Amino acid sequence: MSKESLTHQDTITTSPDEVVSLTTQVKHRGEIRRIIRVFFGRKIAVFGLFITVILVITAIFAPWLAPHNPYKMNMGEELLPPNSKFLLGTDSLGRDTLSRIIYGSRTSLIIGLGATLIAALVGQTLGMIAGMYSGKVFTIIMRLNDTVMTIPMLLLALVIASVLGGGIKNVIIALGIGMIPGHCRLMCGQVLSLRENDYILAGRAIGVGSIRMMVRHILPNAFPPLVVLTTIGLGTTILAEAGLSFLGIGIEPPICAWGSMINDGYRYLMTNPVLAFAPGLAIMLVVFGVNMVGDGLRDALDPRLRGII
Amino acid sequence: MGSYILRRLVQGLLILLLATILVFFIMRLMPGDPLLLYMSTQDIGTLTTEQMEALRHQYGLDKTLPEQYISWLGGVLRGDLGKSIYYRMEVISLVKQRMPITINLGIEAFILSSLLGIFFGVICAVRRATWIDTVFTILANLGITVPTFWVGILLIYFFSLKLGLLPTTGYVSPIKDFGASIRHSIMPVFCLSLFSIAALTRQTRSSMLEIVSQDYIRTAWAKGLSEKIIIIRHQLKNALIPVITMLGMQVAMIFGGSVIIETVFNIPGMGRLLTTSVFQHDFPVIQAGTLIMASVIVLSNLLVDISYGWFDPRIRYG
Repeated sequence: MSKESLTHQDTITTSPDEVVSLTTQVKHRGEIRRIIRVFFGRKIAVFGLFITVILVITAIFAPWLAPHNPYKMNMGEELLPPNSKFLLGTDSLGRDTLSRIIYGSRTSLIIGLGATLIAALVGQTLGMIAGMYSGKVFTIIMRLNDTVMTIPMLLLALVIASVLGGGIKNVIIALGIGMIPGHCRLMCGQVLSLRENDYILAGRAIGVGSIRMMVRHILPNAFPPLVVLTTIGLGTTILAEAGLSFLGIGIEPPICAWGSMINDGYRYLMTNPVLAFAPGLAIMLVVFGVNMVGDGLRDALDPRLRGII
Repeated sequence: MGSYILRRLVQGLLILLLATILVFFIMRLMPGDPLLLYMSTQDIGTLTTEQMEALRHQYGLDKTLPEQYISWLGGVLRGDLGKSIYYRMEVISLVKQRMPITINLGIEAFILSSLLGIFFGVICAVRRATWIDTVFTILANLGITVPTFWVGILLIYFFSLKLGLLPTTGYVSPIKDFGASIRHSIMPVFCLSLFSIAALTRQTRSSMLEIVSQDYIRTAWAKGLSEKIIIIRHQLKNALIPVITMLGMQVAMIFGGSVIIETVFNIPGMGRLLTTSVFQHDFPVIQAGTLIMASVIVLSNLLVDISYGWFDPRIRYG
C-alpha cells in the first residue's frame, strides 16, 4: 500500500466520527444562535436584562455611585423632601435616601443570589436523587418536600430566621430552605420524564453508572427548565427578603435593605412619603426585570413550560 | 372516588403530622432556655433553683423533646393547643378570636382574585394582541413583582391620608357594622389578592391561548356555535385545569400574605398574631398557628384534586 492511499484511507475511516462531532457542534451552535435570537427578539426580555445588568453594576460599584455616605447621619437635615443636595430626600436620621437605595441593591442581590443558589443546589440534588432512585428514597424525599410546601414560604422563613437570629447569612439560609421544594419538585419531574428516553435505556444497557448517568446525561437535558426556575426564583427571593426586612426580621439596622427602608418610611408617611415610595419602586423594577429575563429565557429555551413555571 | 378521597385524607394527615414535627423541632433549636421566656426579668433574679425546677416541671420542660412533642400532640387531639407565653392565655381562645378575621379577609380575597384573575385572563386571550391584551399583560407582570405591602402603604397614603375616603388601618367585623367592615377591608383585601389576580391572569391567558388552536375549537366554530358558547363552554372549561392547580396555590399565597398585610393594616388576625409570636419567641402560638395554616393548605389541595374530575371527566381516581 502506498503512502498516499493510506492517508486517503485514513481520512475516510476517521471522518465519520469527525462528521458526527462536527454536525452536533453545528447543531449545537445553531441551537444557541436560535435561543439568542428568540430571547433578544423580545423587547420586554431585553428590557429585563437591561434592568438586571444595571442592578448588578449598581451593587458592585455602590461606593462610587452613591452621592453620599449611606450611614452618615446629617444632624438638622432629617426627613427632608427631595432637593438638590439629597435627590430623594433624607430619612428620620438625616441619611441620604438615594445612597441607601443604592447600597440596598447589594443586600438584595447578595441575599437573592445566596438563597437561590442554596435552594437550587440542595433542591435539585434532592430532586435528582428522588427521581433516579424511585421507591423508598423517592417517597421519603417527596413527602418531606410536600411537608415543607404546606407551610407558607414567608412564614417558614420568618420562623427559621427568628430561630437562627439576624444577619445576612441567616436570612440567606432561611429563604434558601423555603425555596428548596420548588426546585426539588421540578427536578424530580424532569428526571422521571427523561428516564423514559431511549438514550438513557441505551446508556444503562452499556453499563453507565447512575452517578455518571445523572451528571452526563440527565442533568444537561434537564437544564433549560432549571435555568428558568432559578432566574424566576431570584426575583421571588428578592421579593421575600423585602417582606422579611419590612417585618424587621433578619437585617440589622445600619445595613441598608429596601424592605426595612419602606417600614421606616411608613412611620413618616405624612411628613415624607418619598421615604416609603422610592425603595418600593426599586424592588418592583428589579423583580420585574429579573422575572422578564426568566420569561424570555423560558420562551427561548423551552416554550412548553409556559404556565408551569 | 370515595376511597380516593379517604386515601388522600390519610396522606394529608400524615403530612400535617410531619409539618408539626418539623416546626416543633425547629422552634426548640432556638438558643437559650425556653423556661426564661415564661418569666419576667424580675422573676429570674429572685427565683431559687428549686423554684425554677418546679416551674420547669409545671410547664413540662423537664421532659425530653420527643416526650414534650407527644404530650403536645395529645393536647392538640383533645383540642388543647397549649398556653401562650406572651399573652398568658389559652392558645385556643386566641385562635378563636383571630382566625375568623383572617378567614373572612382570606375568603374575600380568594373570591376576588379568582373572579378577576380568570376574567382578565379570558379577556386577554380573546382580544389577543390588542391594546387590552397588552395593558392587562403588563399589569399582570407588574402585579406578580410588586411588593404587596408597599402597595398597601401607597393605598393608605392616597385613599386615606390624601383623599380621606377610607379608614387607614384596623378591622371591623361585618356582623357588627357591615358598612364600616367593607370600608375597612377594601384595601387589605385588594392587597391580599393582588398577587393572585396577576398570577391567575397570566395562567388563564396562556392556557386559553394553548387551547385556541385545538381541533375541537375549530370544529365548534365550523358548527356555527356562538362566540360566547365556544369561549365559555369549550375553551374556558378545558383551559381551567392548570388554572385550578394555581387556585389551590393561591390559598397558600393569600394566607402567607396575611402575615405581612395584617401587619401593614394593623389587623388583629392570625397573620399578625404569628408575627408578634415570632418576635416574642412564643412557641406554643407559633406551633399552633403553623399547624392551622398547614391544615388550611392541605385541605385546599385536597379540594383542588377532587375538583379536577369535575372539570375534566377524563381524569379518573384510581
